[in-house]
Amino acid sequence: MRRTAGLWLLIGLAGYALLPWYMVAEGFWSFGWLAELGGEARSGLLWSLAARPWLWLPLAGFAVAGAALLAARDQLATARGLVAGGVLGLVLMAAQGLAILGNRTRFGLFEGETQPGMGAGALVVAAGLLFLLTTGISGLGRGRGDAFITGLVGAIVALVGIFVFYPMSFILIRAFELRDGAGLGLSEFLPRFLAPEIWSAACLTGLGNCGAAMNSLLLGLSTATGTTLLGLAFALIFTRTAFPAKRLLRVLTILPIITPPFVIGLVLILLFGRSGTITEFFSDAFGWEKTRWLYGFWGVWLAQMLSFTPIAFLVLIGVVEGVSPSMEEASQTLDANRWQTFRYISLPLMRPGLANAFLLGFIESVADFGNPLVLGGNFNVLSTEIYFAIVGTVADPAKAAILSMILLSLTLGAFVAQRTWLGRKNYATVTGKADSGQHAALNPGLRWTCYLVALPWAAFTLVLYVLIVFGSFVKLWGYDHTITLEHYKRAFGIVVRNGVHFTGAAWDSYFTTLTIAAIAAPLTAAVGLATAYLLVRQKFAGKDAFEFSTMLSFAIPGTVIGVAYVMAFNFPPIELTGTGLILIVVFIFRNMPVGVRGGIAAMSQLDKSLDEASITLGANSATTLRRVILPLMGPAILAALTYSFVRAITSVSAVIFLVSARYNMATSFIVGRVENGEYGIAIAYAAVLIVTMLAAILALQLVIGRRTLRRADRLEAH
Amino acid sequence: MKGSVRFENVTKRFGEVVALKPLSLDIAPGTLCTLLGPSGCGKTTTLRLIAGLESASEGRILIGGQDVTHLSATYRRVSMVFQSYALFPHMTVLENVGYGLAVKGTPKAEVRDRAEAGLDLVGLKGFGARLPSELSGGQQQRVAVARAIVLEPEVLLLDEPLSNLDAKLRRHVREEIRQIQQRLGLTAVYVTHDQEEAMAVSDRIIVMKNAEIAQEGTPEDLYDRPASAFIADFIGDANVIPVEVAKAGPEAEIRLLDRTYALPLAWPATGPAQLVLRPHQLRLSRDAGDGMLPAEVSYAAWLGNSVQYTLTTPAGSLFAIASPQSEGFRKGDSLHVAFRATDARLVPAASGR
Ligand SMILES: Nc1ncnc2c1ncn2[C@@H]1O[C@H](COP(=O)(O)OP(=O)(O)OP(=O)(O)O)[C@@H](O)[C@H]1O
Ligand SMILES: [Mg+2]
Repeated sequence: MRRTAGLWLLIGLAGYALLPWYMVAEGFWSFGWLAELGGEARSGLLWSLAARPWLWLPLAGFAVAGAALLAARDQLATARGLVAGGVLGLVLMAAQGLAILGNRTRFGLFEGETQPGMGAGALVVAAGLLFLLTTGISGLGRGRGDAFITGLVGAIVALVGIFVFYPMSFILIRAFELRDGAGLGLSEFLPRFLAPEIWSAACLTGLGNCGAAMNSLLLGLSTATGTTLLGLAFALIFTRTAFPAKRLLRVLTILPIITPPFVIGLVLILLFGRSGTITEFFSDAFGWEKTRWLYGFWGVWLAQMLSFTPIAFLVLIGVVEGVSPSMEEASQTLDANRWQTFRYISLPLMRPGLANAFLLGFIESVADFGNPLVLGGNFNVLSTEIYFAIVGTVADPAKAAILSMILLSLTLGAFVAQRTWLGRKNYATVTGKADSGQHAALNPGLRWTCYLVALPWAAFTLVLYVLIVFGSFVKLWGYDHTITLEHYKRAFGIVVRNGVHFTGAAWDSYFTTLTIAAIAAPLTAAVGLATAYLLVRQKFAGKDAFEFSTMLSFAIPGTVIGVAYVMAFNFPPIELTGTGLILIVVFIFRNMPVGVRGGIAAMSQLDKSLDEASITLGANSATTLRRVILPLMGPAILAALTYSFVRAITSVSAVIFLVSARYNMATSFIVGRVENGEYGIAIAYAAVLIVTMLAAILALQLVIGRRTLRRADRLEAH
Repeated sequence: MKGSVRFENVTKRFGEVVALKPLSLDIAPGTLCTLLGPSGCGKTTTLRLIAGLESASEGRILIGGQDVTHLSATYRRVSMVFQSYALFPHMTVLENVGYGLAVKGTPKAEVRDRAEAGLDLVGLKGFGARLPSELSGGQQQRVAVARAIVLEPEVLLLDEPLSNLDAKLRRHVREEIRQIQQRLGLTAVYVTHDQEEAMAVSDRIIVMKNAEIAQEGTPEDLYDRPASAFIADFIGDANVIPVEVAKAGPEAEIRLLDRTYALPLAWPATGPAQLVLRPHQLRLSRDAGDGMLPAEVSYAAWLGNSVQYTLTTPAGSLFAIASPQSEGFRKGDSLHVAFRATDARLVPAASGR
């Protein structure tokens, strides 16, 4: 313990004395600040000596911890001293940051002073203090006395606190703020939260338009129902029938996941819009009236069904496969027929899967931003309303905050409803015993229902993707079908003259997107799997709260997170807007829950005695993680990496608030093209992204999959 | 003292569940001590507390005289052999055995030499390049033992190391483990719920029940001087018969079904008690005699090297074992049962009726 604590003390002090305390303009890694060390890029120590005496405060924490290390008699006293020092330092640091802002001070302290956002020096100091604290906690005998474990818990709690709870608190405060800075209160929040224009259900009775909240709710329920049923049909075809072209189906179910948003909406417009190909065809052939039916509920719903059915499928196939064949066989030996077996045994056992698929569909649908933006028309939903409240002609952050609260209560409500419905029943049917039975086949009626529902849908998806490719190669779809490379040239043109010049308009955002996704993916996987490791393998006080808080960011829609980040990180003490860092951070905390879930599932299959064996053989937790657990978790790591990489490339809802001129992302570039009506280039860009992601996924599988998959087949400890 | 293990009032709670009531024990260096007891009595918990895989709720744990209560498992000089073996499936046998040395930063060549020596010790020379999945259960078990002992731990812990092996192999491997332990002079703590296994390998046995120690001692102690009906029945089979102690003192007198027996053993108080008789100590004959109980054979089983009888008597059902050379009885036969006063043991009456 002493060695670890001493190390962190030195690191913290070094950060305090040497690194620039505040954010430096050109970014830390350009090292331009080296020339500024006496000026704007002064270290905490130099600033304290100069004009900002409050920066002495963090030093108090180090002083207490240092005294404990040097003077304390026994281990317990040292540990207590470290805890005290860490807490003191962190509290003082947070206090000065929250009291002295970029343009004013709060709480009547240090009137007239200002300071920029914290930078590398402050980060290292905070890390030093945090790990002094956690090392001290381990010295008190917590976490089995393992400083690595307490440190990991501390780090994740701190990160989730700063990047999930801290920004969300801004939304809360904004939503409850009274007019004219009169403090906080419910008196204005409740009427605005429950406002009839938001919740109006007039469209149901045919008397006008519904409110945005009601629209979101209806859309979410319809999409979730639809995707769950379709996903189930696909999953049943996969596992319970002898359908010949399963491979092709599988590809079709993956494609939408790696398709950037808008693209499906765009193709739908090009087909079913007022001047879409199919609309034209029917109007020419049958004289049908051209309508704008696509712009509204039905269009958005159709696009969401296309986009989100694969998610339901992926959830359900695992569950449908997981239903133990021996239970179905048991049912059949009890003289139940196939339909009864399905109805009374298999279906109830799939309940958690169905609930999960429904929940995911609902959350994805209400959080979806791209499809309503393209196809919504007069059909207002919360996510787009929030967007317009922030970027619209009259920016109204308070309204955005209230709408965000409504959206959040919808998703959290769905979360709670799902938990309640599932209750505490045990649905585990995979017992770890080898199960060699066969799944019951579907009865013919059910089989044909599945075929009838799923196959036309698959065909439709296939056509859409053919059209995406087609659309990227024609001049102007619907009007001029000359084959051309023009869109690709404009987006991805390369000129070779005195070296290679990337002249295409899209290169910038393309490289930014790939770089940021490539940085975010391993970090997301690391944070997610580390959290899973703590949840599955370690015991510590407050574990339930810990699990809940790491899952929370999953229920927070991207738009809400985006708004919260804009509100929280636009000014000191943590000023991140306009940097690439904020994009990386938002991806990590948006996508982490999936890494956590996958990690939990994978780690639960690893016998716990493997880690314990390693620990008793004298390896510490970090070594155990690296040499025993990680090598056995290849597939889970692969999944987490792939997912977070793809998500970082295709997500738009949170990103749209956080991009800047310097760090533009592919999706927001596409939004811009769509808004300008340049559909060809948008589709061409999307096609390139799809190919890029496919290539990346294959490469990842080759690198990680090959090496570890083979030996990880056998996961029992024999 | 190197290799000793000492618990001072160690308690372990899992939330509401009390897995270990305040427990004190001393294990002498170089001995093999067995923790024996029915399922759920806290054996594994005790072992994991020694290893540092659980932390004590209260009390102190000392290993080799040093307080390790707050020391993490990594730094305790203790190795463990797991019931499931816990061999790392992605490492070869040699890598498995050398793992503990490798993570300590031992030079590669030395790791290999010592790992090979360890394999040699358990009779698996030449198996180093295989994966664990390419070994039989018994071989895997021995790899696990080798992996634990190459570190030269102060204390070797074994949690039901034989439960995944078949009966024949079990006897063989347990003898091997005992030999290695004695050869290296290791302190070993061995968990099992098989009393025969415990008797065969242990220097001392600690019998646990309901999260506390029921009795501890050498195998002979426990067999010859059980402190309770539970121990008597758990260590070897026993017939436990309720009796009245008519006279206390150095030569106790008991009353069973209106008969009085003088026993050559001391008993502190008159009142109810229980008489313990081992099955093979019961003598069966057709003729009645002084102090004999009438009985009827309700079940007889011929096992080759012995004959087992279940007898119905006025004192309850008795279980007897006779040699096959002795006179045979059949189901339904009437006979008489006798026992020698020197064989009889008394234990306190069952409490909490
Ligand atoms: N992690 C835990 N959480 C809660 N209770 C536990 C935990 N581990 C053990 N227990 C409880 O503590 C008691 C002792 O468990 P322990 O594993 O030590 O039993 P055991 O003697 O090894 O039994 P067995 O012979 O079945 O392995 C049991 O009642 C058990 O239910
Ligand atoms: Mg056990």
